[in-house]
Amino acid sequence: MDFGTLLQILDTTVRLATPLLFACLAGLVSERAGIFDIGLEGKLLAAAFFSAAFAAVTGSVWVGLLAGILASLALSLIHGLASITFRGNQLISGVAINFLAAGLTVLIAQSWFQQGGRTPSLADDARFQEITLPFADAFSGLPYIGQSYSELFSGHSLLVYVGFLTVPLVWWVLFRTRFGLRLRAVGENPAAVDTAGVSVVRLRYAAVMICGVLCGLGGIYLATGLQAGFVKDMSSGRGFIALAALIFAKWRPWYALFACLLFGFFQALSFRPDVVETVTTVAIPGQLLDALPYILTVVILAGFVGKAVPPRAGGEPYVKER
Amino acid sequence: MNDTPAIQLKGISKSFGPVQANKDISIRVMPGTIHGIIGENGAGKSTLMSILYGFYKADAGEIFISGQKTEIPDSQAAIAAGIGMVFQHFKLVENFSVLENVVLGAEDGALLRPSLAKARALLTDLAREYELSVDPDETIEELSVGHQQRVEILKALYRQADILILDEPTGVLTPSEADHLFRILKGLRDEGKTIILITHKLREIMDVTDTVSVMRRGEMTATVKTAETNPQELAELMVGRKVLLRVDKVPAQPRGDVLKVENLSVVDEDGVERLKGIDFSIQGGEILGIAGVAGNGQSELLEVLGGYRAATGSVLLNGQTIDLTGSQSDGRTRRARGIAHVPEDRQREGLILDYSAWENMVFGYHHAPEYQASSLFMDNAAIRADTEAKMQRFDVRPPLPGLAAKNFSGGNQQKIVLAREIERDPDLLLVGQPTRGVDIGAIEFIHQQIVALRDRGKAILLVSVELDEILSLADRIVVMFDGQIMGERLAHSTDERELGLLMAGVTEGAA
Repeated sequence: MDFGTLLQILDTTVRLATPLLFACLAGLVSERAGIFDIGLEGKLLAAAFFSAAFAAVTGSVWVGLLAGILASLALSLIHGLASITFRGNQLISGVAINFLAAGLTVLIAQSWFQQGGRTPSLADDARFQEITLPFADAFSGLPYIGQSYSELFSGHSLLVYVGFLTVPLVWWVLFRTRFGLRLRAVGENPAAVDTAGVSVVRLRYAAVMICGVLCGLGGIYLATGLQAGFVKDMSSGRGFIALAALIFAKWRPWYALFACLLFGFFQALSFRPDVVETVTTVAIPGQLLDALPYILTVVILAGFVGKAVPPRAGGEPYVKER
Repeated sequence: MNDTPAIQLKGISKSFGPVQANKDISIRVMPGTIHGIIGENGAGKSTLMSILYGFYKADAGEIFISGQKTEIPDSQAAIAAGIGMVFQHFKLVENFSVLENVVLGAEDGALLRPSLAKARALLTDLAREYELSVDPDETIEELSVGHQQRVEILKALYRQADILILDEPTGVLTPSEADHLFRILKGLRDEGKTIILITHKLREIMDVTDTVSVMRRGEMTATVKTAETNPQELAELMVGRKVLLRVDKVPAQPRGDVLKVENLSVVDEDGVERLKGIDFSIQGGEILGIAGVAGNGQSELLEVLGGYRAATGSVLLNGQTIDLTGSQSDGRTRRARGIAHVPEDRQREGLILDYSAWENMVFGYHHAPEYQASSLFMDNAAIRADTEAKMQRFDVRPPLPGLAAKNFSGGNQQKIVLAREIERDPDLLLVGQPTRGVDIGAIEFIHQQIVALRDRGKAILLVSVELDEILSLADRIVVMFDGQIMGERLAHSTDERELGLLMAGVTEGAA
């Protein structure tokens, strides 16, 4: 395998890791605040559809961006309403949101566009364009470093860069700010936060809304960056892989980055069975690579690689005790 | 001397549905004093303090802080009014550091670093001033319970609380930790802080408070100076009638050894020796009390005799050896041989809380032939009828066999367990903490049942951390300390002081 092929695979890795990363960070913020979110998949899908639909109709990717974020936000607020205000079961609410999004997106797509549950293909202005970093062309002649710069680091859409910058941002907010301290506390012991005079409900809603925005960005990238338009079930399980990555990352932002890159890498490999076969000299079925994230998560959960301890108050509605 | 009360409550009332938890309560707490509030479970102490801390809104009444009428709609307002609360169950984030816990909710700005630095400096000062030293960088889960409680106090002081409310603070502490806590509280009082101590332990009230208020069934029945009262009077105020601090019983009529324990030793999973070769015996018609601070081997002793912990040594029941290795003898065979067990933790070991009363009433005896309808099915109708009869005899309220165990009060749960065990007419009854979390009315009933069993010539092993209970119920008392028996006394010829010394491991002057 030559260096060019490696770069190609890594480049695909970055693209495929981006939606995972958004969804994973979204889940991280929500779960750190004690709200388990199994509905990431549904939010990705809803955001993908509404961003594509609005971008297709208006021709502006920015309108699409707004629509996508609002769609995802609306679903997170439903989840918040069910699990924070009405103290319902968070898993059930999440599953419901997934079904809701899977059904509604196709239904509305068919009703609006009559193209069999898809949106029209997006024209260039209705998509996030690839950004060429400064001097990318000039450096492309330099072997290795220059090549990596121009092919791997340059030439992604805006959302990819936003996604990677969100990692340090989430880390900083969680571990260096007052808001982050309270958010983590509310996921560990909401009673402590409550008795300290801070509203548990408000904190959890804030977390759920951040989750909605981040997850929305992931879905928007799917439809307006990675692809050009919405097709049925286009999130294809990424919300669940993101959850797996979240457990794999033990609910930490930097670990989440590596987990998403690793899982993205597996996905990239499954597109290039020829390369895998040359390197390993055996034919590995793509399905096995697709399944690897889940297999690794089971390994982690079984306690083989350290312990993954979820936030202690996760999944539990907060009820003031007597 | 400042005579504006630090806290004044006027006519506070609070109902939960049909239950009136607080009825027209008025109280004045003077600044720079330790004010005790004492009452039985459910007397309304915690509700009153929760109103003061903004957890509940009173239906009626006014709160004055230092003479100012103050509304306390939430905890934020209580903190702003200078009130700090140390809950019975700590409100700490277990995997946060001490520093983070102290700062949580009282940060100085949006960024953490400056807040943490400021808190660190302040904690050092407070630690020096009030014997409250804790390592600020230690994680809460690494700390002992006593230290965790210090963090709670530090939290309140960091928020500049002038009024500190402590809800049953010694329930989780060892005696020496409790002493340390009381020293801290006295130090805080001397600095001018006002402290409200909620407890049901008369001894603590007598030891540390300046004034004491007594609550009964939601009402404040009296407020007196501690120096001008005594435990007997307080107990009467609490219960509302003359209380027999000693159980009414005739002298024991021992009739020969039922249980004989020799050289009993237990090593636990961590390799720690929990019982170090103890010997004792119990005769029929006698109650043997095991006194001691919790965690000195009493629990292990009950588990060994109850058949769910292996041990070495010898145990004879009515002269016949009981296998201690666990291979030939377990809870079921012990029960078959006449050992009944009322475990220390009724909610974990005595009952299955989600199951109904009638199911709980046969656990351990569910193999008994009278409960079987055929070789395959149980006779649920018979069990229900049986349960109903037992509930009547033991005055379990409400007497509904179909009600889940968790829906009964602590006292009634205990009566269910007791009815199940005593009604089998065992030769030996093991009882652990029979009245923990049980109201005084139910306590009297439970004590009467235990004494009645004794008077039928049965042997009873009573383990309790409440010295009063041991002294009033047992005929003979052995004191355990660090897995050993420190001494043996007759209940009528010893007192709390003597037993207290033995419990602390002091043997000087022992007979």
